[in-house]
Amino acid sequence: MSDERLEDILADHGLLPDATFSRRDFISALGGGIAVLILFPRSEAEAQRGGPQGPTEIGGWVHIDQAGQVTAFVGKVELGQNARTSLSMVVAEELRIEPSAVNLVMADTSITPYDAGTFGSRTTPGTVPPLRKAAAAARELLLDLAAQQLAVDRTTLTVADHKVTHADGRSLTFGELTKGQKLVQAIPDQVPETPPAEWRVVGHPTPKVDAVTVVTGQKRFASDQKRPGMLHGKVLRPTAYRATLKSLDTAAAEAMPGVTVVHDGDFVGVVAPTEVAAAKALDAIQAEWNAQTLVKPEELYEHLKSTAQQTDRGGNTVGSMVDGLAAAEVKLERSYTVSYLAHAAIEPRSATAEWENGNLTAWTATQSPFGVRSGLSRQFGLPETQVRVIAPDTGNGYGGKTPGQAASEAARLAKVVGRPVRVAWTREEEMTWPHFRPAGVIDVTSGALRNGKLVAWEYHNYNSGPAALGTPYAVPNQLVQHHPCDSPLAQGAYRGLAAPANIWARETHMDEMAHELGLDPLAFRLANLTDDRLRTVLQTATARFGWGQALATGGRGFGLGCGIDKGGYTATCAEVLVDQTTRQVRVVRILTAFECGAIINPLQLENQIIGAATMALGPALFEALEFDEQRLLNTSYSAYRLPRFSDLPQIEAVMVDRRDLPSAGGGETPFAGVAPAIGNAIFNATGVRLRALPLVPNGMPAA
Amino acid sequence: MVELRVNGAAHALDVEADRTLLSVLRDELDLTGTKYGCGEGQCGACTVLVGGKPVRSCMTPVGSVAGKPITTIEGLAKDGALHPLQQAFIDLDAMQCGYCTPGMILAGAALLAANRDPTDEQIAEALEGHVCRCGTYQRIRAAVHRAAEVMKGGPR
Ligand code: FES
Ligand code: FES
Repeated sequence: MSDERLEDILADHGLLPDATFSRRDFISALGGGIAVLILFPRSEAEAQRGGPQGPTEIGGWVHIDQAGQVTAFVGKVELGQNARTSLSMVVAEELRIEPSAVNLVMADTSITPYDAGTFGSRTTPGTVPPLRKAAAAARELLLDLAAQQLAVDRTTLTVADHKVTHADGRSLTFGELTKGQKLVQAIPDQVPETPPAEWRVVGHPTPKVDAVTVVTGQKRFASDQKRPGMLHGKVLRPTAYRATLKSLDTAAAEAMPGVTVVHDGDFVGVVAPTEVAAAKALDAIQAEWNAQTLVKPEELYEHLKSTAQQTDRGGNTVGSMVDGLAAAEVKLERSYTVSYLAHAAIEPRSATAEWENGNLTAWTATQSPFGVRSGLSRQFGLPETQVRVIAPDTGNGYGGKTPGQAASEAARLAKVVGRPVRVAWTREEEMTWPHFRPAGVIDVTSGALRNGKLVAWEYHNYNSGPAALGTPYAVPNQLVQHHPCDSPLAQGAYRGLAAPANIWARETHMDEMAHELGLDPLAFRLANLTDDRLRTVLQTATARFGWGQALATGGRGFGLGCGIDKGGYTATCAEVLVDQTTRQVRVVRILTAFECGAIINPLQLENQIIGAATMALGPALFEALEFDEQRLLNTSYSAYRLPRFSDLPQIEAVMVDRRDLPSAGGGETPFAGVAPAIGNAIFNATGVRLRALPLVPNGMPAA
Repeated sequence: MVELRVNGAAHALDVEADRTLLSVLRDELDLTGTKYGCGEGQCGACTVLVGGKPVRSCMTPVGSVAGKPITTIEGLAKDGALHPLQQAFIDLDAMQCGYCTPGMILAGAALLAANRDPTDEQIAEALEGHVCRCGTYQRIRAAVHRAAEVMKGGPR
């Protein structure tokens, strides 16, 4: 495409060739053919990132090259949530090709557009609609070109099988149409999108586009990246959390063949020809650390509450709690706690860094390649145009892979040795040095009338976070607040953020109130629920589960939990069996009904719902990060218990498809109803109310 | 010098005999389908077959398997035809991120070689040491059953 033409387009949309996305990269990435750009309004937050000012920025594009190959470029990362397949599907739908024929280029800061990061279930609502529009616009462009070349009316043309065909049988392939073209356009205001009734890809079960490479071991994950002449790096970790270096002796390591030691402040790293040699060199280093004393684990929750701040963020005040409690016939005041959790992603993070002529390239497992690029550019004092971050598909993220520590370490070491260096974290590093799901305390005071109507709801979340903070139930008097606190451990995003914690506490409390009122937990919820979408999933889940049809006897119990978050509506029913002699809790059955608008790929959504239920068994029943005043105590897979085959209940996913509604993401929200459903089922089975997550790390507490 | 027989090919490698099989496969032979997950025998991501039996390559000194037939995930398909369990994983979409998949498939294939019709309990037992952090166990179990059915009808 010609520079002038592109310049016009960029200028038309107030976009200047800039540091974050240079025009040169854009042209070299595209070559000729046709391209349709997705232009996003530049958000306040992104403008504040320090990038060039402008009203819009490129959010992705669809390109058809001169051979007819369809490629879509997005800044998102594949973490197992299956964005690669679902994004390919919407492009395939509009261009009337198969998903596997779409080349989807993801998460490369030099050739894909800026993206704030892959988290918060934003890929489906944020990236799918514009990508679909861009693909539809590309199809219309192909129709225009064919109408011109065949000199026919475009209404007589159809697109299928990588070609445009006229009613008289003449046809032109995508490649024949795009050859010699250099056309770039933004998505026009009016693009005819394929209506739901005509979908032949979207909404249909579609296996992963790269499934064959997975089952044959050909797929290259982040930690599988290799560069010519690459060396292996390792970083010395403190023996205690937040410790600083006191003394260091690296002589023995430095004497090892091929080993370079890098020491700079508290950073000590080694580089060696193999990972084994690097590990041996690290072992040979003598270091002493000044440890800090953190909070005693048994004082954690007090500590959080005593350092709590007041904030209005995410909070809510409706009516008057004083009036509400005065009117209440039944009042309940309860406190709930959740522990720190490790993401324990199956693939520990890693990075391979390479310097060439002062330019840095890093291949790394991250959910935020552009954030990592900013970090590296600050660390090395380089403009962002000289830093390229590529985030290959990685084994899980769950919010844990946003920071770029491994990339920072690999780049630092590579710079010193002048060769590419890979730093691959061990399991113990992966469980110790990233951030964790925040621990927290949630205090709830509620009031209800004897007829089951809630009249007062006061809710304070200390430290765990503001996601899904507000109650979906209709209560006339509410005070809802989130209080940030001082956390002894580094904390940050986790699957669903705080929604699983808030929904667990709220739904546990709802169950407690139902019990106080002598009402069925389902009836009590429905009596206070006006949101139609939540009512629907709740009614669907309970109907399919057979709610109320079996009695809690012999250690068997049933529970439910529901909630709304990130545009998804979830309701889970659980059946548990508590062994009265061993006091072990077994989850027998889980059923989740979930609705997130129009379903893009039912095969994948079901996988996410069942996967979320499986993963959620851990935090519900037994998963927790243990620590003492100086260090973490369970940073291995043998010490940190994860759900395994033997924990598996029968899990069912019921998907409510709403083709009339825009699609929301489904990777996070179905997680949230599981813990309350299990906890409420335990109460139903035993009469014992558990108010701390995990519920039964050592089986049921002694009576 | 260690002689390794991997996926039918012989390699004479200049590596220390106490190095792990996992690191030699990944870094010397570039067979990166074998994954690191925990390094302590707890996740199964590093599973390979030695003489047809599943082995944790992260805990296996390479010298101890010298000369023995080793199959990695890259060598499971025969003459371009996927193993029925590989096909079942695709057909049932029994993966999310796919990082645990090679280990699951190799352990599952070894189970099927020894037991033509495993029960749910036998599958759980054989795969208990494998972590799927994405939580795909239920479909993985279904894929093993599917492959067992296909294999009963004779090899494809
Ligand atoms: S890496 Fe070998 S069992 Fe986990
Ligand atoms: S598919 Fe991701 S760990 Fe199993």
